[in-house]
Amino acid sequence: MISNLDYVTLQQIWWIICSVVGAIFLFLMFVQGGQTLLWQVAKTDTESALVVNSLGRKWELPFTTLVLFGGALFASFPKFYSTSFGGAYWVWVLILFTFIVQAVSYEYRSKHGNVWGRKTYELFMFINGSVGVLLIGAAVGTFYTGSAFSLNDMNQVTWQYTIAGVNLRGLEAAFSLFNLSLGLFLVFNARVLGALYLLNSIDLGAFSALEQRLRKAVLTNFICALPFLLYVVVSVLLRKGFGVDEEGVVSMVSFKYFFNLLALPHLLLLLLGGIGLVIWGVLLGALKDSYKGIWPAGLGTVFVGLCVLCLPAFNGTAFYPSTYDLQSSLTIYNASSSRYTLMVMTYVALFIPVLLAYVTYLWKQMDSKKLSTEDALDHEAY
Amino acid sequence: MIDVDPSLVNWSRVQFAFTAMYHWIFVPLTLGLSFLCAFYETIYLKTGNEEWKKITRFWMTLFGINFAIGVATGIILEFEFGTNWSNYSWMVGDIFGAPLAIEGLFAFFMEASFFAVMFFGWDRVSKGFHCFSTWMVAIGSNLSAVWILVANGWMQNPVGMAFNADTARFEMENFAEVVFNPVAVSKFTHTSSSGFVMASAFVLTISCWYLIKKKHVEVAKRSIIVASVFGLVASLFVGFTGDEAAYEVAQKQPMKLAAMEGLYKGEHGAGLVAMGIMNDTKVPGDVQDAFLMQVKVPRVLSLLANREFGSFVPGIDDLVYGNEEQNVMGVNTMMEKGRLALADLAAFKDAKRNKDDVTAEAALARFDVNKEFMGYGYLDNPEEAVPPVNIVFNSFHLMVMMGSLLPVIFAAFLFYTFKGVITEKRWLLPVGLFTGLMAFLAEQAGWVTAEVGRQPWAIQGLMPVKIATTNLSVTAVQITLAMFAVVFTILLIAEISIMLKAIAAGPEGH
Ligand code: HDD
Ligand code: HEM
Ligand code: HEM
Repeated sequence: MISNLDYVTLQQIWWIICSVVGAIFLFLMFVQGGQTLLWQVAKTDTESALVVNSLGRKWELPFTTLVLFGGALFASFPKFYSTSFGGAYWVWVLILFTFIVQAVSYEYRSKHGNVWGRKTYELFMFINGSVGVLLIGAAVGTFYTGSAFSLNDMNQVTWQYTIAGVNLRGLEAAFSLFNLSLGLFLVFNARVLGALYLLNSIDLGAFSALEQRLRKAVLTNFICALPFLLYVVVSVLLRKGFGVDEEGVVSMVSFKYFFNLLALPHLLLLLLGGIGLVIWGVLLGALKDSYKGIWPAGLGTVFVGLCVLCLPAFNGTAFYPSTYDLQSSLTIYNASSSRYTLMVMTYVALFIPVLLAYVTYLWKQMDSKKLSTEDALDHEAY
Repeated sequence: MIDVDPSLVNWSRVQFAFTAMYHWIFVPLTLGLSFLCAFYETIYLKTGNEEWKKITRFWMTLFGINFAIGVATGIILEFEFGTNWSNYSWMVGDIFGAPLAIEGLFAFFMEASFFAVMFFGWDRVSKGFHCFSTWMVAIGSNLSAVWILVANGWMQNPVGMAFNADTARFEMENFAEVVFNPVAVSKFTHTSSSGFVMASAFVLTISCWYLIKKKHVEVAKRSIIVASVFGLVASLFVGFTGDEAAYEVAQKQPMKLAAMEGLYKGEHGAGLVAMGIMNDTKVPGDVQDAFLMQVKVPRVLSLLANREFGSFVPGIDDLVYGNEEQNVMGVNTMMEKGRLALADLAAFKDAKRNKDDVTAEAALARFDVNKEFMGYGYLDNPEEAVPPVNIVFNSFHLMVMMGSLLPVIFAAFLFYTFKGVITEKRWLLPVGLFTGLMAFLAEQAGWVTAEVGRQPWAIQGLMPVKIATTNLSVTAVQITLAMFAVVFTILLIAEISIMLKAIAAGPEGH
């Protein structure tokens, strides 16, 4: 069946697959959010141990999802992979650095002889959860705001943005109010999710103060996230977008994303449903005694993420637009791999449900008993 | 068409080599130690003897410390193809991206999810399931080796694809050919078994240190039994697959083979250099001797390269300037053909732009004749096709020397452990102390042989590294490299220090 799919369908399927992986990544960033909460919610060594160990049993998931996201984009949209990573060089390199230092922090933080001291590794975690997440948001924001690049005959990218003769290679993305807002929204949303996750995974029986602080963090971070979310949503609805006509010519179209939402009502549903689910999760976590807020809020984040990633790609829109040379903009049709590669990769993607199944199974196995003080102070613990 | 600053290319190469070699400090240990942990735990499961559990948990702790930094250095490599080799990524992403994506999907997730069970699941899942998880981590890490080596093997021997003149890039035509590429197969078998050797040697080193210090003697002895069996079998296999790798190199990358052996003048019944000191001033085409001193085993190189004692093995001079008698086409000739191909490709693109289909078709037909030499069209002179011979020769010989010594050492340990006299062989223990270092040197030397030996090619014969880079400023690459150097070194210092503390504390301090 897959071998009969036409090229356009495959290209669309692959954008959706990449978006799903990206959206799941946004949910899994509860680990990053939790990292930034450490100093705020954990006041004693035991509390820190609980928080770090609870996150530490999951830190590989967002990390590996990011790796998969990169690999999937490389395989299915190589022109995007080369243009964005090679072009917006510094943004990506900085994001990667924050993940390099995160990867060792859990394992090394409380080990004897770790040379740099516990606080250093906690700082690494904080940087990953703040700067890392913010920059990821800014990078995603450029799907809407565009970047200043051009592609030559051989599709080599030249980055055209300079300030005082210095080429910022993508860092300028952080100068845009829109990109910054999206980034800050992600940071606060990750913190909401982090607090909800910690509520769910730790045995808080003897730690009512910690529980209280977590519940408060859910609420305050959600309130902080709201204005940024509102700004992003309103701005998306009102701004001009990068439309592509039948001939592949790119031009600026007023209210492009607003019309996209009307043309693709399921995306509108995802957006509204997603925001609703997040609010439900927050209410469960902040105002009720429930420990299950992470599930609706997590699912809601996936929905919103899907909408954010698909909205600028479908309905004749360029998802990686160039403000410098409109015609260099990338669409899912001019940036993809060949039909053959997409077909092979679609067979491979049939494995994704199996993967989700075993990840969920292991999660259940490991979390059936909540994390206790004993676990957190075990000699294997982080 | 494409103009690049040579110093940009060189700095990008240095950055890639640096990050890759750093990654490779940790990876072989992960590949092998994961299996050793699985062995130890399986013995524990079968015998129920708590001593084996203690051994398992001890080696697992060291595994975890190493694994974390392996992961940290790995993520950067995956994205470096985009950040620093973006032209490469665009030209071959159609083929090269797939194994990287599949690696994430099949291998990394398996490693990552079962890793949590392996470390924190002791009281949460059944003993049997825990042991299963340890096996899954081992299998997962070695699966990731499969896919990354499929990718690397394809760069050494590009198969299963065709050049699409319309899009000016390479596109996949046959996935099975890419996966079962003989070079990828020999690379995978050689590389992962080299990881088993590395881990066995690592265990041997630490155990010998305990025996010398007369600490944790029981644990050390038990660890040695499993490690020396595994090490012996793996190191014999490494030799066997290394021979296979050399055969593939001879067939697919004759220039690399000539550099590995420092062979300038091709010959029938060529001899294998067992040991040699190279002449620094030798250049292709001159009359100097390539060696200041050498010990040669007659006719063996021909056997190795072509499976036939009397066969002809081309040398660097034959490959650069051609040897009609032996039917070897020189780089000089290939360069002419390559230039024609590039010119025809440009003509094709021009005609297409002017919507002149007739001219385009004619240009494409001419292009097709010479397209397999396309990469040579980018070279400036024939000598550019020669890799740095000294580096390749020395690293290859270092690896093979270690590869010959290690099985002997493993066998000695196995023999004396079975006779129950290992603690009395005071002369052998210090030798064992060095096995970790020996294997480590062989590992690094192996990749230097493979990668430096294929210069100047990013993709053998089709794309030189000089057109593969991202158009960045040299300063940007230098700053990134400095950042890597600082951050990786900070992490490495911590890793070594934590390892040493854990080793000093030993399994009992556990
Ligand atoms: C023969 C094996 C082998 C080779 C040649 C490489 N790696 Fe590697 N890599 C592994 C074997 C491995 C591993 C054993 O599977 C690691 C080491 C520690 C770990 O967690 O997995 C790993 C980790 C690792 C990670 C982190 C995975 C995670 O999220 O858990 C990434 C992204 C890469 N590698 C990518 C690369 C790239 C792009 C390479 C080539 C340039 C490369 N590796 C060479
Ligand atoms: C399998 C995955 C790998 C791929 C796809 C790959 C690909 C590349 C590429 C694109 C370059 C840059 C071009 C150049 O050679 O200058 C390079 C260089 C290099 N790589 Fe690899 N590499 C891989 C794994 C490794 C590993 C694991 C090592 C281990 C240490 C390694 C060692 C080197 C070295 C030493 C160089 C520099 C050679 C030189 O520039 O002279 N490679 N490789
Ligand atoms: C008798 C012993 C050995 C022989 C004949 C041998 C042969 C080879 C050859 C010909 C290559 C180059 C393959 C290529 O360029 O494509 C290679 C690569 C390599 N070798 Fe060995 N080797 C031996 C022992 C070892 C040992 C003991 C180790 C490590 C413990 C090792 C680790 C490696 C690695 C990591 C590579 C790079 C990966 C690859 O290209 O496959 N080798 N070996």
